[in-house]
Amino acid sequence: MIPLLLGITLISFTVIHLTPGSPTDIYTQFNPKVSPEFHQRLIKLYGLDKPLYVQYWMWLKKLAHLDFGRSFAPDARPVWDKIKERLPITISINLLAMFFIFIIAIPLGVMAAVRHNSFFDKVTTIFVFIGYATPGFWLALLLMMLFGIKLGWLPLSGLKSLSYESMSILEKFGDIAKHLILPVFVSAFGGLAGLSRFVRSSMLEVIRQDYVLTARAKGLPERIVIYKHALKNALLPVVTILGLSVPGLIGGSVIFESIFAIPGMGQLFYLSVMSRDYPTIMGCLVIGAILTLLGNLLADISYALIDPRIRVG
Amino acid sequence: MWSRFWERFLNNKLGVVAAIFLLILFIVSWLAPWIVPYDPLAINVKAVLLPPSFSHPLGTDTLGRDVLSRLIYGARISLLVGFVAVGIATFIGTFLGALAGYYGHFVDTIIMRLVDIMLCFPSFFLILAVITFLEPNIWNIMVVIGLTSWMGVARLVRAEFLSLKEREFVLAARALGANDFHIIVHHFLPNAIAPVLVSATLGIPGAILTEAALSFLGIGVQPPTPSWGNMLTIGKDNLDIAWWLSVFPGMAILLTVLAYNLLGEAIRDALDPRLD
Repeated sequence: MIPLLLGITLISFTVIHLTPGSPTDIYTQFNPKVSPEFHQRLIKLYGLDKPLYVQYWMWLKKLAHLDFGRSFAPDARPVWDKIKERLPITISINLLAMFFIFIIAIPLGVMAAVRHNSFFDKVTTIFVFIGYATPGFWLALLLMMLFGIKLGWLPLSGLKSLSYESMSILEKFGDIAKHLILPVFVSAFGGLAGLSRFVRSSMLEVIRQDYVLTARAKGLPERIVIYKHALKNALLPVVTILGLSVPGLIGGSVIFESIFAIPGMGQLFYLSVMSRDYPTIMGCLVIGAILTLLGNLLADISYALIDPRIRVG
Repeated sequence: MWSRFWERFLNNKLGVVAAIFLLILFIVSWLAPWIVPYDPLAINVKAVLLPPSFSHPLGTDTLGRDVLSRLIYGARISLLVGFVAVGIATFIGTFLGALAGYYGHFVDTIIMRLVDIMLCFPSFFLILAVITFLEPNIWNIMVVIGLTSWMGVARLVRAEFLSLKEREFVLAARALGANDFHIIVHHFLPNAIAPVLVSATLGIPGAILTEAALSFLGIGVQPPTPSWGNMLTIGKDNLDIAWWLSVFPGMAILLTVLAYNLLGEAIRDALDPRLD
């Protein structure tokens, strides 16, 4: 995992620092009051005058102490503080989305596979193809139009209402839940279609195996054959796919957080890209990569939990 | 092989419909300058935010520009991005996958490590940063999407090469004096074409969606040039007063992506009769 992380940071660092333009230009180019001396001082302050490999090494050394440096933004706060207050929001939304993907896609895929070529199978296949092709941000717009504007049931943006502070605990909970419905639904939607399709084909493959025939021949009830014997084996590849879907979810959070004006990590990343805030950009990329690696690790662990062959062998 | 492929492909009704849809889309966007009812950039203050009507079938936007004309021009962007970005990704993926699979050992190790790193990347983050810094334009977008989506093809080609390496015809070719380049190009690559073709077709919709998302965020194709993504940005800003600005461009993306997905699946099924 550590070499992977090093590779990711090296590539990001190089690519981001080598692209033309400099973060100091934003303060100096459009501000006639700034003298060239100040420009030079700024470059020196940010350490941008040193060769790239020295900058990378310094950045890496600080990272070893979990220090992401200070933001280039005017507030100059430590990057970690900025990320820390936003990370829980992004993680909770993505975990909720993954939870819904899981509990909806798996039964859907299993039912479609068990009733292969039935009416239900065909309807879900159509749903899956359309869902897979729907751009998430467009779906967000349509739902905002329907539930936010036409029906007025759900809030359009943010995480809390203006009157949040004066609410009771129960009301506060309800308020946040109401704000989260659309963002969570939209981030879950894309993965939902893909995963249920995947579960279906994985299940179809398993159902043809001899041991499923054996289980049926023993006279086991169909329910046990499907959910105990077949499903466990069909879920193995699904777990890997879930681990691999983490980068997509994190990338999607940039889009959804900007549409719904949610103060999460995606929004922070977008803002720091717009102002060329190198330390914050690198901080977000590292956190994103760590989350992805954790997703893969969790996938590997659950793989071992489901499949005894891996634990023993 | 190809005549049987066509026979099976033509039996797949959805695939044929998707192919015809895409063909029409290509022709329409190619002929755009001659068939659009209005100039997609012409501002008309007398026709601002008109709902769909006979003279403007899909309505007009905040500057009085005809949505249908802009949609047709936007198709050019999406179709181009899909092709070029996937073309770049397929080229890189095939090249690296071939090297890894053919030479093995440390070449393989290095390339596959690189694949692992790229797969762990929150690539949308990196694409966003790089394009913003490079200044957003369609060429940068296509190159960057291509550079971050070659991993699947590389794995496919590598796996195909690994399975071919031990076959006897390779030994025969080598005994006849064929060099590495000849074996790779004339004996290995033809065998890898089928899976690569399928993966490329199924990769196009992803590239189209990424471009649309970038343009929607304002860091893709820049206005006034119409693209489906930046048309949706206008739609978002006028969500409460003009539904047609959001509905039609999104519908266009959906149908195009759907058609490519159906076409990709149809090609796969036609190439591989074992699958149902």
